[in-house]
Amino acid sequence: MELLSGGEATIRALRDSGVKYLWGYPGGAALHIYDALFRQDDVKHILMRHEQGATHAADGYARATGEVGAVLVTSGPGATNAITGIATAYMDSIPLVVISGQVAQEKIGGDAFQETDMIGVSRPIVKHSFMIRRAEDVAETIAKAFYIARSGRPGPVVVDIPKDVTDPNYKVPYRYPDKIRIRSYQPSTKGHSGQIRRAVKVLLEARRPVIYAGGGIILGNAADQLTRLARQLNFPVTNTLMGLGGYPGSDRQFVGMLGMHGTFEANTAMHHADVILAVGVRFDDRVTNTPDRFCPGAQIIHIDVDPSSISKNVPADIPIVGACDAVLDEMIEQIETAGEGPDAAALAEWWQQIDEWRRRHGLYTAPRHEPSVGSLIKPQDAVRALYKVTEGKAYITSDVGQHQMFAAQYYLFDQPRQWFNSGGLGTMGYGLPAAMGVQMAFPGADVACVTGEGSIQMCIQELSACTQHQLPVKIINLNNQALGMVKQWQDMQYGSRYSQILYEDSLPDFVKLAEAYGHVGLRVEHIDELEDKLRECFSYKDRVVFVDIQVDPHEHVYPMHVAPGSMRDLWLSKTERT
Amino acid sequence: MRRIISVLLENEPGALSRVVGLFSQRGYNIDSLTVAPTEDATLSRMTLTTQGDDLTIEKITKQLHKLIDVVKVIDLTDGLHIERELMLVKVKASGDARAEVKRVVDIFRGQIIDVGPASYVIQLAGVSAKLDAFIEALGETAVLEVVRSGVSGIMRGERALRA
Ligand SMILES: Cc1ncc(C[n+]2csc(CCOP(=O)(O)OP(=O)(O)O)c2C)c(N)n1
Ligand SMILES: [Mg+2]
Repeated sequence: MELLSGGEATIRALRDSGVKYLWGYPGGAALHIYDALFRQDDVKHILMRHEQGATHAADGYARATGEVGAVLVTSGPGATNAITGIATAYMDSIPLVVISGQVAQEKIGGDAFQETDMIGVSRPIVKHSFMIRRAEDVAETIAKAFYIARSGRPGPVVVDIPKDVTDPNYKVPYRYPDKIRIRSYQPSTKGHSGQIRRAVKVLLEARRPVIYAGGGIILGNAADQLTRLARQLNFPVTNTLMGLGGYPGSDRQFVGMLGMHGTFEANTAMHHADVILAVGVRFDDRVTNTPDRFCPGAQIIHIDVDPSSISKNVPADIPIVGACDAVLDEMIEQIETAGEGPDAAALAEWWQQIDEWRRRHGLYTAPRHEPSVGSLIKPQDAVRALYKVTEGKAYITSDVGQHQMFAAQYYLFDQPRQWFNSGGLGTMGYGLPAAMGVQMAFPGADVACVTGEGSIQMCIQELSACTQHQLPVKIINLNNQALGMVKQWQDMQYGSRYSQILYEDSLPDFVKLAEAYGHVGLRVEHIDELEDKLRECFSYKDRVVFVDIQVDPHEHVYPMHVAPGSMRDLWLSKTERT
Repeated sequence: MRRIISVLLENEPGALSRVVGLFSQRGYNIDSLTVAPTEDATLSRMTLTTQGDDLTIEKITKQLHKLIDVVKVIDLTDGLHIERELMLVKVKASGDARAEVKRVVDIFRGQIIDVGPASYVIQLAGVSAKLDAFIEALGETAVLEVVRSGVSGIMRGERALRA
């Protein structure tokens, strides 16, 4: 057996866990590991400009590929800087392994230089964490970390490694385990067939059904099954913000996103549904509005791999614990063998009703915004132009705010792993580094980050890392000169008292800023140049392009849930409500 | 409703703080908690008492299960079980009071395990309500210190909580 130091074993175990890219930032406690990294070519390290950027980029890579994202940071400030990215991944169930250097064991507890109790600080936002105490345990622990991160309901795992464990002078035999068994951890896979049978019976009897599918479809690689089931039953499908792309966005059976900024037709259909098939969702408060007014007449079938998600916020009538793909496969099969479909006449009537809702207030049929004129560019039109120019095929990341909701509403995602955003934590700053991770996963593809002038400045330093690592992402900045989403709430709930949402002419010249980093900067100030500039942007295949689009600073995102209220209680514009 | 939850978990550093953290993070309260290694040194056994309706307890149980270090979880209050708590009490005991305290201790089947010139240390085991009753029964006696272990519990009969 080969003899390796703990530092060397760390990198070797990353390689053996399938890591191609390691996103990170060096520092004292991680230096032995960084030295081991220098002496090999298997794992490529991507030096970011901030540890938050490193975690978001690894997260973007993980979401794009379905693999585990890998991060390496140093102790103390390196570790704490990674926290926002870890929390972001945790809330969206993204598999990450974050290796943090730690001060040597003899110094732990002594408030040593750059000592932070990383295990303690990260505890509430990780799926699990390990501190490695001996070089002998490195390979096995890292293998376990990867297994835990990717299996069951995925999530981030922190591995804290004290510096003495990576000592280059202490070598131990290296062995990567072939199989991982953890007696206290056996994630369920197959669903309970009896429960599935009960669910199928209810589905076949449904008269006003809706399929409500979320991020679990994407994470569980079940988009194909979802589409087959929906077509088999001819049921309408709505996706959560996290589930977009889980069902083809341009398909007739897709009624749009649901929730706080979901479509009128999706929210109204949910409210009137008699059966809701909830798959890979968690009944988030951004979806349900007031939980005890949620879908009063519906029987709820809830499929999720995590038992603790079921009946957490809204009680399920038929809970099914299992991996989404396996459960849906079995459902499809049972329906096929049953030989009969749901009541066609009832469904036809239901579709007629839904189409009528669509005609009345649908995002695409009865726009929720005024048209753009001259230099008044509506942000919605900017996203529509982006959709058109990229033919709906770009990978889109986003930040947090109005621009994020416009991207989710107006870019129709036909594929899973095409849309990336921080849905759970709502982390401004996610978009750019995540786009870098996505670009690394799909070299040559069009990757665009739809952002706002507020969010982009939270991780703008990564424009430099884009240059270094040749990641030609496109930044579509919907510049409304304000923290627009906060402004919208201040308009709606605080009598337009704009507390701390304006920059007082302090915004940088984004075109010059992009150029300073060696990129292309484009400014769009008139609706007539919007499409051309976007085309120009995507014509630069090997360059980062920053498109600064001056959009209407007064626009709001609609529909919007009226809270407290039920799913169908919506503001449709500044003046109309349901 | 008061519940007693037994948890079998890996005897790993950090496992206890994950359980305790879960309760504060999710806003569940812990009335008492005891933990120690079992006959299998790789496992610890924890007994938790908490308050909650069926739904809350189900949520707590699911969340506990989700912790990687947790091997098994059961709600002892679901079935026949035995619970015990140990209490040590230091009381002022001089003059006439000495006999009076001794009498109460005997009634409760406690033991005096340390005798000082003006104090006793009393040991008493039983269900929590009995321990409460004992303190009550001490009446006028000056209680100097009370230490309670928190509840430990086990199922009756042959069923056992094992890895
Ligand atoms: C790190 C972080 N801080 C604060 C917030 C709260 N927040 C949500 S949206 C928003 C405004 C975002 O502004 P911008 O990026 O310009 O997007 P816009 O809404 O204007 O499109 C803020 C401050 C957040 N989500 N994340
Ligand atoms: Mg803005």
